Amino acid sequence: MGMTMTEKILAASSGRESVRPGEIVLAECDLMMGHDVTAPPAINEFRKTGAAKVKDPDRIVLVNDHFVPNKDIMSAALAKAMREFAREQGIKKYFEVGRSGVCHALLPEEGLVSPGDVVIGADSHTCTHGAMGAFATGVGSTDLAAAWATGKIWLKTPETMAFDISGAPSKWAFGKDVILKIIGMIGVDGARYRAMEFRGPGVAAMSIYDRLTMANMAIEAGAKNGIFEADEKTAEYLAGTPARKGKIYASDADAVFADVVKVDIEGMEPVVACPSLPENVKPVRELKGVKIDQSFVGSCTNGWLPDLRLAASVIKGKKVHPEVRMIVIPATQRIYRAAMAEGLLDIFAEAGAAVSVPTCGPCLGGHMGVLAEGEVAVSTTNRNFIGRMGHVKSLVYLSNPAVAAASAIAGEIVHPEDIM
Amino acid sequence: MSETFKGKVWKFGHNIDTDIIIPAMYLNTTDPEKLADHCMEGEFPEFRKAVTPGDILLAGENFGCGSSREHAPVCIRAAGISCVVATSFARIFFRNSINIGLPVIEAADVWDQAEQGDVLEANPTGGILRNITKNREYKTAAYPEFVREIISAGGLIEWVKAREGVR
Repeated sequence: MGMTMTEKILAASSGRESVRPGEIVLAECDLMMGHDVTAPPAINEFRKTGAAKVKDPDRIVLVNDHFVPNKDIMSAALAKAMREFAREQGIKKYFEVGRSGVCHALLPEEGLVSPGDVVIGADSHTCTHGAMGAFATGVGSTDLAAAWATGKIWLKTPETMAFDISGAPSKWAFGKDVILKIIGMIGVDGARYRAMEFRGPGVAAMSIYDRLTMANMAIEAGAKNGIFEADEKTAEYLAGTPARKGKIYASDADAVFADVVKVDIEGMEPVVACPSLPENVKPVRELKGVKIDQSFVGSCTNGWLPDLRLAASVIKGKKVHPEVRMIVIPATQRIYRAAMAEGLLDIFAEAGAAVSVPTCGPCLGGHMGVLAEGEVAVSTTNRNFIGRMGHVKSLVYLSNPAVAAASAIAGEIVHPEDIM
Repeated sequence: MSETFKGKVWKFGHNIDTDIIIPAMYLNTTDPEKLADHCMEGEFPEFRKAVTPGDILLAGENFGCGSSREHAPVCIRAAGISCVVATSFARIFFRNSINIGLPVIEAADVWDQAEQGDVLEANPTGGILRNITKNREYKTAAYPEFVREIISAGGLIEWVKAREGVR
């Protein structure tokens, strides 16, 4: 009996010939990531193990991204604890404000993830890195601490659901729309405990950035990981980074899938996830007339350079609606500089948008764009839970960057076509 | 954790996410006591004050979906909840709870048939959960062998110390 890509990676990383869904393995981690919110509790737990040193500092990454530049004294203390731990343990992959970015955009950009890797991160969106053909999953701080001490993680081998994607979307729909469509089809627990394997001609045609956006939101369907087979597009992306070549895995023809879901995206129009779950997905035109107070373009979902180019192409020469605040945050310092060099940041500023340095800030209601009671946002992020971006009575609509930019101009949710 | 828990039910719905359990704006501390002050704030801001130590949190499907923040099970425990019973759990929340030693019990039908304030009696590894108020009994989902090992060690850190060895 064959194995899926996910099963093959878990078998190889735990020194086994094969694994089956449900089996628990102790996998050797290639990369273990924490950030300024989750690393400090992991440091506390690590101390309790009694270990003086981490097993291998070179496989550890620490990223300042959530509450940075620090929003208050308490968050400054968290960043300080992580900084001091990095120094004490000789962790070189420590990313400081001004040389950092939202972790899931930063890791691929820095070439830290290769096909076939096992990546764990104390952040639920660690599943993003499955876009590189890696097994990547979010864990808690205690898991991270134990992995720092031992180099290993315990994992229950997930069943795999295959998503056969065919067709090409319309001009204004992207990877974000495809993953929202899928979450709308299967629900926020539709892939709970499972691997989501995205495949088919629709995927082969997609850019690496669209794949990153899709893998990023696998967790929003409850999945353990999202995964794409590495191909020439992956290789091309990796070639522009210092990444190792890695090992490419493909699911066997006789691999067993828990489910195979056909997803036809031919001619698909943009969609939006309505409050307050990512599964409440509707075509954007059905939301005409929904007034917004804020539009946010950024995050580990859609803060990549192509996302900024797209939003800028919609907004160029136009003005943000007088009753709307638009916030644009490039996901990493490198993207920030590239956007500056291309003149994108100026297009946003000229339109009346606020452009900030890289941070997760507004996505999780941390800082840099928190919503007041009763306010409504359209956002390119990944979650629209109750209170996600601020007050418990604020509302979040999730969209692609073109819809977010167009809506910022219109003052209400619109299809980009309707304002061009 | 072979202890039996008996407590009053606090009933919540389906898909209770980690932003409801502990909003991100409070994650600028790792202090369980401070986090507990905001536990379940997205649904019930007075939760901590209302809980009597030993009470049981009961939820429907996919409890704890969303973020990997371990602050979620940490603040539930610090708020005085003895164990969480749900129809199903989101996976990161489930493993975080096991790792830190917050008892989590998966069982079908309990949620549908229990009301706020009912008294439940549960033993995480015992296989049976009782609704004393309604005089009903339920089978609970069994943990994988490895998870039982972590539970009996007293959490992942203790398991690591005992089994893996650290230098």
